[in-house]
Amino acid sequence: MGISQTLSRILSNLFQNKTARIGIYGPPNAGKTTLANRIAEDWSGTVSGTASEVPHETRRAVRTGNITITGSNGRSITIDIVDTPGVTTRVDYKEFIEYGIEREDAITRAREATEGVAEAMHWLREDIDGVIYMIDATLDPFAQVNIMMIGIIESRKLPVIIAANKIDLPDAAPHRIRTAFPQHPVVPVSCLDGTQIENLYEEMVRHFR
Amino acid sequence: MQGVRIDLISEERLAQMPSMEKIRLILDNVREGTIVILESGLTPDEQSVLIEMTMQEILPDRFSGIEIETYPSKQRPAGVFSRFMRGDDENRRLTVIGPANQLKMIRKDRGLISAWISGR
Repeated sequence: MGISQTLSRILSNLFQNKTARIGIYGPPNAGKTTLANRIAEDWSGTVSGTASEVPHETRRAVRTGNITITGSNGRSITIDIVDTPGVTTRVDYKEFIEYGIEREDAITRAREATEGVAEAMHWLREDIDGVIYMIDATLDPFAQVNIMMIGIIESRKLPVIIAANKIDLPDAAPHRIRTAFPQHPVVPVSCLDGTQIENLYEEMVRHFR
Repeated sequence: MQGVRIDLISEERLAQMPSMEKIRLILDNVREGTIVILESGLTPDEQSVLIEMTMQEILPDRFSGIEIETYPSKQRPAGVFSRFMRGDDENRRLTVIGPANQLKMIRKDRGLISAWISGR
């Protein structure tokens, strides 16, 4: 995408007063749906989707519209939150069998998961104005999917905040994520218990205005 | 002789190929069990399409996807304009791609990719 397209997108947003669509992206089980639910609960009193420890619980992009978030300085943003399926380059139905799912159901779930990943990539290319990229802070931030997705997001000139999630766990090391991606704001957070979630909201108001 | 086939594709050859031809070549070879090494890697847009097409080709018990590894992109100082100045070429680094059930990354950092390759 060139500079002219970027300017066109900015001008289009200004004059059409379009609500920005903020995509929550990341690998499976990074906490995307937990964050989408927390944002929806905190700012609109609704629930976005069902979170689960089984990978690929979210197999369709789910949009929650017109969420207004207000920062401590009184400034607000109104956005749509799009909770997307976890991005990966592999889906094996046998993984789901390990969670006690029957073979036929596991195959169906795997097929839906592949469709969901493809759909998430399509949203990123066509319909997303900004990204919250979720990384599990207990895992290696140099995982290939993180490197590829951050590169793809950068190439599309989309504003991005990296949420270093799961800081409630003892192995969490959000500083490794800062070291891996120093070019982007990194906000340590626990979407599960809400620790430092207000810092993420402040960064969203600052970054997605 | 039994073993694993490895194709190393030069930067010059990749430069002559349209994006879809590159992605088709990668997926066709990887589905046959070949490890593909690209000297100059893929652009972010090509990576995005590769993920999408890989998902469309996954079949139970036959193809479970790909393992792909590159070095992290080179660092630029953070700044107001750095986001807009990053070119696609900076992200195109040596890339290893193989079947998900045959290629396993052992360790990776800014200057090293260590991977295990098994037969089919």
